[in-house]
Amino acid sequence: MRRTLSVVRSSFRFHLKATLKSSATIMFMVIVPIVYATIAFFMYRGGANEVAVVWIAVAAGIMGLWSTTLAGSGMALQRERWAGTLELLFASPPPFAAVLLGVALATSATGLYSLVATLFWGWAFFHMPLHLAHPVWFAVAVPATVLALGLFGLLLAATFILYRQTFALVNLFEYPVWLITGLLVPLSLLPGWVQPIAWLIAPTWGIKAIHAATTGGSPGGYLAAAGALALASFGAGVLCLRYFETLARRRASLSLT
Amino acid sequence: MKGWLRLFFNGGLLSYRALFAWVDPRVYIPSMLGFPLFQLLFFAYVGRAASFQDDAFYVVGNAIMTANAGAIFGTSFSVGGERWTQTLSAVLATPANRFALFVGRAVPNIANGILVSTFCFVLGCLLLDVSIGWDQVPALAVVVVVSTASCACFGLVIGSIGLRARDTVLYANLAYLAMLVFCGVNVPLDDLPGWMATIGRALPLTHGIEAGREIANGATLSDVSGLLVTEALIGCVYAGVAYGLFRLFEAEGRRRASFETY
Repeated sequence: MRRTLSVVRSSFRFHLKATLKSSATIMFMVIVPIVYATIAFFMYRGGANEVAVVWIAVAAGIMGLWSTTLAGSGMALQRERWAGTLELLFASPPPFAAVLLGVALATSATGLYSLVATLFWGWAFFHMPLHLAHPVWFAVAVPATVLALGLFGLLLAATFILYRQTFALVNLFEYPVWLITGLLVPLSLLPGWVQPIAWLIAPTWGIKAIHAATTGGSPGGYLAAAGALALASFGAGVLCLRYFETLARRRASLSLT
Repeated sequence: MKGWLRLFFNGGLLSYRALFAWVDPRVYIPSMLGFPLFQLLFFAYVGRAASFQDDAFYVVGNAIMTANAGAIFGTSFSVGGERWTQTLSAVLATPANRFALFVGRAVPNIANGILVSTFCFVLGCLLLDVSIGWDQVPALAVVVVVSTASCACFGLVIGSIGLRARDTVLYANLAYLAMLVFCGVNVPLDDLPGWMATIGRALPLTHGIEAGREIANGATLSDVSGLLVTEALIGCVYAGVAYGLFRLFEAEGRRRASFETY
């Protein structure tokens, strides 16, 4: 167990450093959520229904978190494949799930840049008062949601093993998850069949917890639900990884691009 | 003249097939059809949540915007991709007419943009229950063609920069985001601060989207002719800038022997 955790930690540190070396990636993490926050701000300011500016900033930051997780985790395998290191990682004794978990958590954690950027954007350009209803809960809910996103990212990364064009799926999954997690659109406005899907995704509950911590409410129950579903995502991710690994080994298709 | 046309059309088509990495259906469907459709739905639902504009506003804005995705990304890849594939030196060593070589690459991307835009118009109207009169369709088609061509010219600018800079995809993405926020796609220019509206008016797409919305509301082509002429002129200016940059970077690349450096 200690060795596995050590692999997760090393993978986390390596990928965190590698991501932070890329100024283009950081620029993207900052610019993308600011663009969406700006659009959402003007839409809500011009519309009849109001929403707290601080929530628009937080929601856009979480959108950035999701984009980073999706791109980082989704492309994790592809990057290794391009670098010719995927087979080495699979052949090495530590479980590949531990390596991938470190990558998924690192990409989620770097997404925190987005959250900081949108909070700064709100404060600097829209004079947003940074008033949080429950600051302590907020401080708990944000890392918990990052963890939930990371574990959900692991599940996605595992399912992407057999699909070579992962960057296309990465693009595809961005808007739907922003929609069904209820970041800027209440779930009640979406078609009824969407809601059960949203309830099964850990980030939905993490986002509810952050919303409650930001605007008022009790985030405890939401955090418990996010934690339980995140663990389920992790379990499903590990199982998928094992299955797809066996399949890829049998077909000798691991390194095919 | 025959050779010029062959280079313009066949050369453009070949570069599209070779350099536009999203031609593969496994990439094309999620990236060029799925992503724009979800973008349209996302903003329409945010608009509903905010009670801001009606669904038709988002269908027209985003369906015309999606033509931009194909035009900007495709055109920039078709030009800047030569550097990535290390074929730029070979292409520029030929005596081929530079204008036909360069501008011809935008043509297949314009056709693709029109296809994507049509898909988003149809699906957007069906899924959001938006009704645009059949009488308005031909005029709307003209708006889409003009806007897409204008965006492709902007894409040529990005592609030209890609002859010199390292990361064409990054610039294409930044251009896409800039147009999403400044061109009145989801927020009318009147609701944006003055400086943002001014930037938007200097970009392609803004006048096309405005014309599209007026047509969807019942205006005729002659009512929006001023907007369309402005959109076309903006496209021509960007095409001129792109061609100038292309020739400049070609000359610079020869002088510095930097066509294939990264």
